[in-house]
Amino acid sequence: MAKQMYDTPMLDQLESGPWPSFVTGLKRLATTEGKHDQDMMVDLLGQLEHSYKTRKGYWKGGTVGVMGYGGGIIPRFSEVAAMFPESKEFHTLRIQPPAGMHYDTKIMREFCDIWEEHGSGLVAFHGQSGDIMFQGATTDNVQPAFDAFNKIGFDLGGAGPAVRTGMSCVGAARCEQSCANEQKVLRSLVNNFLDDMHRPALPYKFKFKVSGCPNDCMNAIERADMAVIGTWRDDMKVDQDAVKSFVADKGRKYVVDNVVSRCPTQALSLNDDDSLDVDNRSCVRCMHCINVMTEALSVGDDKGVTILMGGKRTLKIGDLMGTVVVPFMKLDTDEDYERIVEIAEEAIDFFAENALEHERTGEMIERIGLVNFLEGIGLEVDPNMVSEPRQSSYIRMDDWDEEAQKWNDRKAEAAAG
Amino acid sequence: MPEMPIESGVPDPFQYMHPVMTKNYGAWKSHNRPRPGVLCHTAKSGDQIWTVRAGTQRQMDLQTIRTLCDIADNFADGYIRFTIRSNIEFMVAAEAKVNPLIEELGKHGFPVGGTGPSVSMVSHTQGWLHCDIPGTDASGVVKSMMDELHEEYIKEDMPNRVHITTSCCQINCGGQGDIAINIQHTKPPKINHDLVANVCERPSVVARCPVAAIRPALVDGKPSLEVDEKKCICCGACFPPCPPMQINDPEHSKLAIWIGGNHSNARSKPSFQKLVAAGIPNNPPRWPEANALVKKILNTYKADAKDWERISDWVERIGWPRFFELTELPFTKYHIDNWRGARRSLNASAHIRF
Repeated sequence: MAKQMYDTPMLDQLESGPWPSFVTGLKRLATTEGKHDQDMMVDLLGQLEHSYKTRKGYWKGGTVGVMGYGGGIIPRFSEVAAMFPESKEFHTLRIQPPAGMHYDTKIMREFCDIWEEHGSGLVAFHGQSGDIMFQGATTDNVQPAFDAFNKIGFDLGGAGPAVRTGMSCVGAARCEQSCANEQKVLRSLVNNFLDDMHRPALPYKFKFKVSGCPNDCMNAIERADMAVIGTWRDDMKVDQDAVKSFVADKGRKYVVDNVVSRCPTQALSLNDDDSLDVDNRSCVRCMHCINVMTEALSVGDDKGVTILMGGKRTLKIGDLMGTVVVPFMKLDTDEDYERIVEIAEEAIDFFAENALEHERTGEMIERIGLVNFLEGIGLEVDPNMVSEPRQSSYIRMDDWDEEAQKWNDRKAEAAAG
Repeated sequence: MPEMPIESGVPDPFQYMHPVMTKNYGAWKSHNRPRPGVLCHTAKSGDQIWTVRAGTQRQMDLQTIRTLCDIADNFADGYIRFTIRSNIEFMVAAEAKVNPLIEELGKHGFPVGGTGPSVSMVSHTQGWLHCDIPGTDASGVVKSMMDELHEEYIKEDMPNRVHITTSCCQINCGGQGDIAINIQHTKPPKINHDLVANVCERPSVVARCPVAAIRPALVDGKPSLEVDEKKCICCGACFPPCPPMQINDPEHSKLAIWIGGNHSNARSKPSFQKLVAAGIPNNPPRWPEANALVKKILNTYKADAKDWERISDWVERIGWPRFFELTELPFTKYHIDNWRGARRSLNASAHIRF
């Protein structure tokens, strides 16, 4: 016979309404007779109601892990265990999802069976870093739960000052706007740094995110230390017959107002015969017109990626966007993939050696300047890295001639092919 | 030999992927949205795949997950995926399966929508359910908000897509959003000097402060920390490394609303969200004051923005004075930024809208 449920008048109010209710789910886990950790869920609901009443949280961290790893478990011990003893330990296992978050029902049911045997039965798909979060295990159950997930091909994600779980969009699996093999990029990068993920020893976290096009559905530029964004460098594709039928369907005003005039670089022009001109040299690959005219316009054939580094959220110096460090690189051959992994290795090595404790890559770049970072990781300067050149004249330029010569040499080398 | 973990990392997705998606990997031609919540992608081979997107509560119990699996097995092709905003997607190879699948999801209370110009699921964090530093809840805030915005999820009536986020502390794990509802502390931390010396690595705590307002000090003969309360910006950054620096306050931890964050490169470059309202009570279980403001902002945007304008594009066109006028929100001295780089946010021109 399970523990009696607490009165939860505040949480009860979250059971009504059209959106699926997590409270109803929590209650099911607390009232399914004979279920593993049933009493834990009874007390968890008690503690959560207590938080709602007092408007405070009551979890503290601690040290819980699995053999061989230094991170990946989020330990949670209750500060109000005297009132709610059964949920005094309520740890989370961060498990890395398949790239693109694809599942079949067989693996989902296996997850459920494992979590029914070893944990609370509560799962979040997914956390903000992209992990599947199996929430609610006692300290003793963390290892057997991990062992069971590990046996079916799943591994812990990152936590603490480590390479973190990454994310890639659905991309080439379903989206015609994909300019990259997103899952391969993500797996090549993250799976090369598993030691840095499982044994946290970096100054702070380091995140990879991969979006297949500049729509950046994975929020990579704003949230990743290394963002890989698919793009293309030849002309975008225009199916003029489809353009004409789009114009016929929607009207010229719609096309002018919503496509032509919304182009950020005025690279589009609607012709008198309702075909579309594209100034591909001015196009910045923003994706807007392609998003609107999904049947008529599409990305080009000469695909590759842009790499930006240094994105992060508020702590400590304020939000930072990632900025361009590689304007374009091809990702076709094994050598191309070796090169992008090498760029990541250089960046993480430099970060490990030069960042202050608890400093993100973007903050380090802010502190030392982009040029020092580029020199440290062996990348050449490029005008695509700036919105505009320097404004301030307070700068020493003693070796201007040598730097100008470098640029000319690189241009000559590129021209020679 | 002891059992060692298999460091397998990110799993190969192809073993769990719908066969039509595997077959046409990297060879898609176009897509359209036949109705809200449904995407139809056409491959170069001529194959098509229909995606039905539905909202979930993100924090799911076993029965919810098994119900979703039953729906996927009986009404779809047995394959699902999740979006970054915790929507579930069912992929089917036959158009005839779309309507019965939608009907079945409806029977089990899963709203179908979240595509195109709709309000998608709120991206959120853990809150009181599991976080060690939360000023508020996450799942409950989102449940209360999505109950109110349900119609905007299942329809595509907005000028463009709307991404809402919530965060339970000022670290803002919820991320950038067209509208972000985040905890904003308004009082400096209360320090439990009995615990600091044993619990906190004091130099790290000092280093964590963004405005250098903390220094080591002896308090009542014990090694502790002290805060220059005039300098303190009440951000709470000292609390994670030093829980005796109590920042969460049932009364004084408020909510603030920020708008115009946009991660896409479409039209304009990605943008960060900007403060529009603060001092909103943290009022469980349904946060009515915060939700009323979110709806006010959304309705104003819906009425005034043009097609394809995200909230950031809309404000860029109409200007901030008009935004505050239309939404009837007060503009205060706190809206004028004074953080590093703030001068670029000032109007250095005679561009004034009348």
